[in-house]
Amino acid sequence: MIGKDLLQLRGMPRETIATILDTADQMREVGRRRVKKVPPLRGRLVVTLFFENSTRTKTSFELAAKRLSADTLSFSVSTSSTTKGETLMDTARTIFAMQPDAVVVRHGCAGAPHLLARNFGWHVLNAGDGIHEHPSQGLLDMLTIRDRLGSLDGARVAIVGDVQHSRVARSNIWGLTTMGARVLVAGPGTMCRAELAGLPVEMRHTIDDVVRDADVIMLLRIQHERLGRGVLPSPREYASFYGLDLARLKAAGPNVMVMHPGPINRGVEISADVADSAQSVILDQVTNGIAVRMALLYLLLGSDGAPETAGGTSHAAD
Amino acid sequence: MSLVLDPAGMAAAVDRLAEGLITGLQGQTAPVALVGIRTGGVPLAERLRARLAASGIPTSRGHLDITLYRDDLYTGLEKPLLGDTDLPFEVTGTGIVLVDDVLFTGRTIRAALGELHDFGRPAWVRLCVLVDRGHRELPIQPDFVGLRVETQLGDRVTVDWARDEVLLR
Repeated sequence: MIGKDLLQLRGMPRETIATILDTADQMREVGRRRVKKVPPLRGRLVVTLFFENSTRTKTSFELAAKRLSADTLSFSVSTSSTTKGETLMDTARTIFAMQPDAVVVRHGCAGAPHLLARNFGWHVLNAGDGIHEHPSQGLLDMLTIRDRLGSLDGARVAIVGDVQHSRVARSNIWGLTTMGARVLVAGPGTMCRAELAGLPVEMRHTIDDVVRDADVIMLLRIQHERLGRGVLPSPREYASFYGLDLARLKAAGPNVMVMHPGPINRGVEISADVADSAQSVILDQVTNGIAVRMALLYLLLGSDGAPETAGGTSHAAD
Repeated sequence: MSLVLDPAGMAAAVDRLAEGLITGLQGQTAPVALVGIRTGGVPLAERLRARLAASGIPTSRGHLDITLYRDDLYTGLEKPLLGDTDLPFEVTGTGIVLVDDVLFTGRTIRAALGELHDFGRPAWVRLCVLVDRGHRELPIQPDFVGLRVETQLGDRVTVDWARDEVLLR
């Protein structure tokens, strides 16, 4: 139904996205139980292979795997041999020898998860590849929006910030538009260039132009490592032109929801009072992330065929 | 295809179950919950709760979706969509009547027991089914049965709650 891997939201059919979101919706109930653990992936191994730093995505995937009773193994670049010059394929072969069922991979190069998916039998889940995509983030954002608005069809989502270099923005743009939402983007010219013309978005230049027409304002993190390299003069300048403060939120209206993939830079892309306001769903996004990743692991690994026990009948028959 | 129960037969079978429960629950000190197993057990549990309530026996309501506890997830079949589980009462110390429409291999009940025990330690658990069609693969037997039906292993028994019929094909 969903296939072997989760590589990108671009090209994913509408029904598949709906199935993932519906499954995630049910998975949230497990998180409200006293025993937050269910057995479907018992005895399966999920490896997280992160070539870039990450705390929340990695822990979210690990927690999701644990809640489905899978074992998890974390392979992080700072402690592995890649720092000693090992290639991606050699690292992957080493992991392959440990017989994992799924590998969650983050890599600085776009397409690295696709390379692993083509060459190995295990399920690959893309946890962010370069500036290409971050599909589980896009799905958890879509679940969060669907919760509040009831439907993604016709929703107007404004994405503000460094859209050019954002895999979060790309996954959201592809997923949201497949589900019938409209995406507006705004950001400094150096971060929202003409290359975005190929994406199904409406480009505008100031934050005020997009927030007044939006049901959802999605802010992107300003990556400090990009500052001072001709892209952005200073965080203060960014805050005054593109930061979401209380005045801009008021202009947007009382029902607009504010999202951010985290980690947030208070006072840069989002002011502290907006981040802590009732319109902010930033912490819901974190909770939904676990449910979405549970749904993904369950749907991908749960479709593995195993030898049927002789004479056994399935539940489908009773 | 044959009709196992028509609407009148269905009403009689539900009557038998309700009477059996009223007798069986006499003298129970623990609070009682009727827990339907999704999807077929839920309408039956609702009808039985209404009957018990009319006889002055209040019961809590709940339902279980056993998909995540199945023992055949990896048989390569297309998985059904997950449904929700809702047990809005304290499971520990409650007497629980599991309710399902058809009892066959017993594997669904094994899964339901596993799920139930992740929520707490019930005072006791009983099993109530509308139709017992035989062919058990596990040592599980019902405490309350509406009707026992002889079937072949490959038969399908379906309960249509909209038309109040049970069909065998």
